[in-house]
Amino acid sequence: MNWELLLHQVLAGLATGGIYACIALAVVMIYQAIDHLNFAQGEMAMFSTFIAWQLIEWGCPYWVAFVLTIALSFVAGVAIERIVFKPIHDAPVLSHIVVFIALFSILNSLAGWIWDYTIKNFPSPFGTRSLLGNGLISAHDGGMIAVTLVLLVLLYLFFRHTRIGLAMRAAAANPESARLAGIRVGWMIALGWGMAAAIGAVAGMLIAPVVFLEPNMMLGILLYGFAAAVVGGLTSPGGAVVGGFAVGVIENVAGTFIPYFGRELKLTIALLLIVAVLLVKPSGLFGRTVVTRV
Amino acid sequence: MEAIPTPVRLPAAESAIAGLSLSLWRRLAIGAGLVLALALPFVVKNFLVFQLTLAIIYAVAILGLNLLTGFNGQFSLGHSAFYAIGAYTAAIMMDQWDVAYYWTLPAAGVICLVTGFLFGLPALRLEGVYLALATFALAIATPQILKFSPLEHWTGGVQGIVIIKPDAPFGLPINSDQWVYFFTLAVAVVLYVCAVNLVRSRTGRAMVAIRDNPVAAGAMGVNVSLYKSLTFGVSALFTGIAGALGAIVTGFVAPDSFTFALSIQLFVGLVVGGVGSIPGTLFGGLFALFAPNIAESVSKGLAGAVYGVILVLVIYVMPSGAAGLVRLVVSKLARSGR
Repeated sequence: MNWELLLHQVLAGLATGGIYACIALAVVMIYQAIDHLNFAQGEMAMFSTFIAWQLIEWGCPYWVAFVLTIALSFVAGVAIERIVFKPIHDAPVLSHIVVFIALFSILNSLAGWIWDYTIKNFPSPFGTRSLLGNGLISAHDGGMIAVTLVLLVLLYLFFRHTRIGLAMRAAAANPESARLAGIRVGWMIALGWGMAAAIGAVAGMLIAPVVFLEPNMMLGILLYGFAAAVVGGLTSPGGAVVGGFAVGVIENVAGTFIPYFGRELKLTIALLLIVAVLLVKPSGLFGRTVVTRV
Repeated sequence: MEAIPTPVRLPAAESAIAGLSLSLWRRLAIGAGLVLALALPFVVKNFLVFQLTLAIIYAVAILGLNLLTGFNGQFSLGHSAFYAIGAYTAAIMMDQWDVAYYWTLPAAGVICLVTGFLFGLPALRLEGVYLALATFALAIATPQILKFSPLEHWTGGVQGIVIIKPDAPFGLPINSDQWVYFFTLAVAVVLYVCAVNLVRSRTGRAMVAIRDNPVAAGAMGVNVSLYKSLTFGVSALFTGIAGALGAIVTGFVAPDSFTFALSIQLFVGLVVGGVGSIPGTLFGGLFALFAPNIAESVSKGLAGAVYGVILVLVIYVMPSGAAGLVRLVVSKLARSGR
């Protein structure tokens, strides 16, 4: 066993894991609000990032573009819910998933049409100098992990200690009772969409300096983000972040240390491990086991 | 995830539209459909015949998915894997051992039945999104395993395998495309009859009971885990045979034809056709094949966006798929005809 190599791979895994944690957090957010996985989440984040890029191209300072993009994404998220999903509120769940796929296709194609498919550089607010382990974790990776953790704390405070956070949780957990208690369930769902879009925008802007900006940038990342969210437990934002780091580390370590087929099949190995975790803990590592009365 | 909607119930078979009973209408529709299917290859262009063959194959694959999702309530994003296994079984048998193409279908079916059953066993512990993720992992892993270098001798690696498209036997005066079309149609008719009989049998009722309420089904003496795994196997069997047919028709298999995108295509076909409806899968197959082509013909640069808009509109018009719309119309007509 080469300990130094292992340490390096773990650090590199944490750096990529930060990306997955970011997107997993957005996945969990929307799952809390609407009770399904949103397949279009990655494309929404990608689209937001393009808007930020466009604002910066037009001469906006980075942080102004950052805040503007988050605000615009929030509005767009609410609008998507109101325009696209409200009319089919009563349609079966599988039909909803088809509409997610449609949204995915629309956003991807539209971004390619407006901004074309060439790879674009996206600036990092934290710089790219080395922070730890000889360039394995750069200042940007460190900043990304920090922002993810700050977001997590903010979300925790929002859901635990504000009236509107409580109302959102109630609307997701039991819509009928929540409505009877005077909560406007429809708007809570729209708010959930807006927040998920905003968090996705943050994730996209943090990821873009690492993977470069192009319409298909989120494809691979979203897969890992879903995996991370599910393995951490879809009901737990903290679990999603832990899951994200775990997936990043597993992927890197398995790719290096499993001889013979490790490198070629590292994605497969990571996914198999996740499925193995699910078989032991079917609601994820930190998820709440839902018990229903029959 | 409560996957399955409660469908609009069809009125009883005795009720009538325009003086003819519903069961008679159904037989007429099936007869007309078959006549149309038999006549089409002689009137349309060769390329369209090829496309229609593919649409039938997709329909069979969607039928497999529907048995699992529509009739048993299990969700799968991994059916591209079973399709791939079927296709590679056919291609490897024809390429390595010169087996005749029609013998590859039962082999593909059996291999997929066993694989599906084995995958269904661990999947028993998972439900909803978690099952979706597990099957999704299967879909992601498949192209990677097919490209995996130690297996290259069999699978041909990234290049895939080229096989020879069969010609019409007995000197029939039709070309290869037409022959493959009729061959596919015949296999599909057999599989559809099997599926209808399966769903109407004791086993089919057990499957539906598990979908509607697993606890109650178990209390009634249905072996829930056995039936769930078996349904996974049978579903994989249908999709695998479709995969083998697909390999024969296109004359070519390669890892990148069997990505997650194929699973999505089958899933969209399933929902648009109607979850839990056997005739709906035919519409699903046609949609899965032709909708992307139509989108591309509207606008090359925005094909994806057009496809997305088509999907959204389809779901707006028929939230429960084509089958749901037909049920609604039929029940309206039957009521007013009384």
